[in-house]
Amino acid sequence: MASTTIDTHAPGAAHHPALQHHFDNMEQQKESATLGMWLFLVTEIMFFGGLFTAYVVYRHAFPGVFAAASHHLDVTLGGINTAVLICSSLTMALAIWSAQINRRKLIVFFLLATIALGSVFLGIKTVEYRDKFHHHLVPGTSFAPDDPHLQGVAGQQSQIFFALYFIMTGLHALHMIIGIGVLAVLAVLSWKGRYDAHYHNPLECSGLYWHFVDIVWIFLFPLLYLIGAHAR
Amino acid sequence: MAHHDPKRSLLIYVAVFLALLIGTGATVVVAKTDLGVLNDVAALGIAVTKAVLVILFFMHVRYSTRLTALTALGGFLWLAILIGITMIDYVGRGAIMPVPGK
Amino acid sequence: MNTTVDTAEPVVPSPETGSEPRNYLNAAYGLRSWLLTRDHKRIAILYLISVTAFFALGSFFALLIRLELLTPEGDLVSPDTYNRLFTMHGIVMVFFFLIPGIPAVLGNFLVPLMIGAKDLAFPRINLASWYIYCLGGLFTLWSIVHGGVDTGWTFYTPFSTHYSNTYVISAALGIFITGFSSIFTGLNFIVTIHRMRAPGMTWFRLPLFIWSHYATSLIIVLGTPVIAITILLVAAEKLLHLGIFDPALGGDPVLFQHLFWFYSHPAVYIMILPSMGVISELVAAFARKPVFGYKVVAFASIGIAVLGFLVWGHHMFVAGESVYVATVFSVLSMLVAIPSAVKVFNWTFTLYQGSISLQTPMLYALGFIGLFTLGGLTGVMLATLGLDVHVHDTYFIVAHFHYIMVGGTIMGYLGGLHYWWPKISGKLYPAFLSRLSALLVFVGFNLTFFPQFILGYLGMPRRYWSYPPEFQVLNVLSTAGASILGVGYLLPLCYFIWSMRYGKNSGDNPWGAVGLEWDTSSPPPTENFLTTPVVTHGPYEYNPKEVHDRTSQPEARVG
Repeated sequence: MASTTIDTHAPGAAHHPALQHHFDNMEQQKESATLGMWLFLVTEIMFFGGLFTAYVVYRHAFPGVFAAASHHLDVTLGGINTAVLICSSLTMALAIWSAQINRRKLIVFFLLATIALGSVFLGIKTVEYRDKFHHHLVPGTSFAPDDPHLQGVAGQQSQIFFALYFIMTGLHALHMIIGIGVLAVLAVLSWKGRYDAHYHNPLECSGLYWHFVDIVWIFLFPLLYLIGAHAR
Repeated sequence: MAHHDPKRSLLIYVAVFLALLIGTGATVVVAKTDLGVLNDVAALGIAVTKAVLVILFFMHVRYSTRLTALTALGGFLWLAILIGITMIDYVGRGAIMPVPGK
Repeated sequence: MNTTVDTAEPVVPSPETGSEPRNYLNAAYGLRSWLLTRDHKRIAILYLISVTAFFALGSFFALLIRLELLTPEGDLVSPDTYNRLFTMHGIVMVFFFLIPGIPAVLGNFLVPLMIGAKDLAFPRINLASWYIYCLGGLFTLWSIVHGGVDTGWTFYTPFSTHYSNTYVISAALGIFITGFSSIFTGLNFIVTIHRMRAPGMTWFRLPLFIWSHYATSLIIVLGTPVIAITILLVAAEKLLHLGIFDPALGGDPVLFQHLFWFYSHPAVYIMILPSMGVISELVAAFARKPVFGYKVVAFASIGIAVLGFLVWGHHMFVAGESVYVATVFSVLSMLVAIPSAVKVFNWTFTLYQGSISLQTPMLYALGFIGLFTLGGLTGVMLATLGLDVHVHDTYFIVAHFHYIMVGGTIMGYLGGLHYWWPKISGKLYPAFLSRLSALLVFVGFNLTFFPQFILGYLGMPRRYWSYPPEFQVLNVLSTAGASILGVGYLLPLCYFIWSMRYGKNSGDNPWGAVGLEWDTSSPPPTENFLTTPVVTHGPYEYNPKEVHDRTSQPEARVG
């Protein structure tokens, strides 16, 4: 099969310090990292996808209950959170942009800004969750909505809405926490000058992850918070 | 990424950012108006548009290989298969039985 | 090549060769060099060890099941214990042997070699995948030690969420964790095959083994996350009372089944596709002919992967899904048989007018073709809604999937191990014993599982700990077969280990096979190739003249 051979380790060939030995060049390494990260995001699409499937099934089954239950979510807080995440996506994109123009300190600034915005998101989510606890809207034995539309059968069915609410936003929040952790590590490495215009794959990959988490929220917000919003 | 012109890519990022914020506002406004069945269509339509903008520009798919775009598309297509065929079951069934009694 | 090799002699160090040539096995010694390796070949060996251990555990449960079923009464174990036995047999075999099996062992070892790369795209993720596999295994083992699970490997709600008092969550979490191992492997393969092929290695010059593993990896990436979230939902319902599937709240237990089978049906293609890839290689090598209809077989792999995602509801025909979607699933399930059948035809046409040598790997390949065909045909029978209604949850189903998974996947796995063992270890194994094992496996397998088709058709339900006395004869035959099958599995374990110490050196290419993996030494050096190969022709370029010449020369008796 092989009739001639190429020796890619010819003496004198210059290697970027971040080039891993099994790759031939930085471009191959970058394209592999990007493709690998996207494949991981595909798994995340299907992972959240199972929850979206359950959501569609049950919203189709009892649309009125879902709408009534949705009215208990705070649109203002949800909207602010959506805006916060969109801002964080901008700062994330700008962190990578900073690497492309070799501005080390700017990378760190934008990563920290992203972390800060992500933390604001999580803070608002905590407020929302606490509110749910206080209003007995957590599914289980303590579930007791103070809402005439959510009594009896409808009340039972609304537990499914709230279960989905907590699981979907909870899983999303968990992803954000992990993302913040990763960004914190990258901020430290960026400060140390690890990334430049020629190599910043980890920033790109984390950026892809962060934007994906933003996209999940872009769907969660209208699907959870805005059902039948005109009838509030 | 955008052909290595930092100013151009900065402008694109800011433009997309503004579009996303406007989209968010639009989602809320439209949701508070009663459009019947179209409410769901509009909500999903705006969400999909926002997602596409994030994917194309923030996630650089606009400037990546076709394979990357295909991968992203494949993921969403597969989710559509999961939801779509599952719903063929539920739509064909009739109402899920409510809780007896209580 | 016309080596006539007598495998009976032990290794004799040769004065001419001096010290052993440097390869991946002797590149470094010590536990650390293995447990912290990034070499895909060493990671494959790590997987080989753990996968074999889990296979032994799963077989142990099978043994107990078959012992219980020797008599119609339930007299060996209690019914509760019996439930745990078949559940743990299923969980261990499916998630810890069949799904990782060929990809993690043969795939990890061979994918970079076959495409001319130095390693997989992400070596550290590869090592991580093994550790994650072990961690998941530990969770499951912990559950087993504490009494196991009794829900069936399918974890159906509401039994798993509400009524079972066994270790559902820990076992399920074990599977959840191992799922990530699977995902990492699949992701690694896809990126590697796209981005790291040697110069000249175009898509249509790839061995069919690679096409199979690519298709498998697509399934892994798209399907596994769905069972992951399903497991989390079961755990959430059991632990936190977030009742998504709870009928008391208006939830639907069948939704669990949709989400579960959306992965678990494609999972069976994860189990069979890599084995099909092995068979393509074996058939080409031992008929010394290119695989007939290469492109069709390559596309059939992708076709199986895609269609495999559209048929999951055929597991739920009697569960309460709507008759409309059942019809859709029935038709699609028949369609998915087509690419599989195409492969069987093409392998058969490859054999036609080939120079066939019945070495051990070829025996397994031939066994696969026959048994997979039987299993596949019964699959089409089951796709027929009207028939499935009667045989669902009977031994007909059990026989069907064991024909595919044991008669198919395991035969391919063993055939592959026997074919590539010289490449992996640099050693030869005893020819007679290996052929005997293949025969024992074939005979034992058929004796175990063919009676089960009859039992199922006659109405014996599956997962039952006792049965009407008129079914005893068939059950006894089945248990007898299982004993023979067990011996057939034990022998390779013994002689493979034996060969590592006492086997004769194999030389670089004992089979005279064609493929990039055979162009490097056996065992290969750590970086696979001393210089990067450049590919100029397609796979399976066996020399027709050589084929003609070989018929008049002594047959190679390598194994």
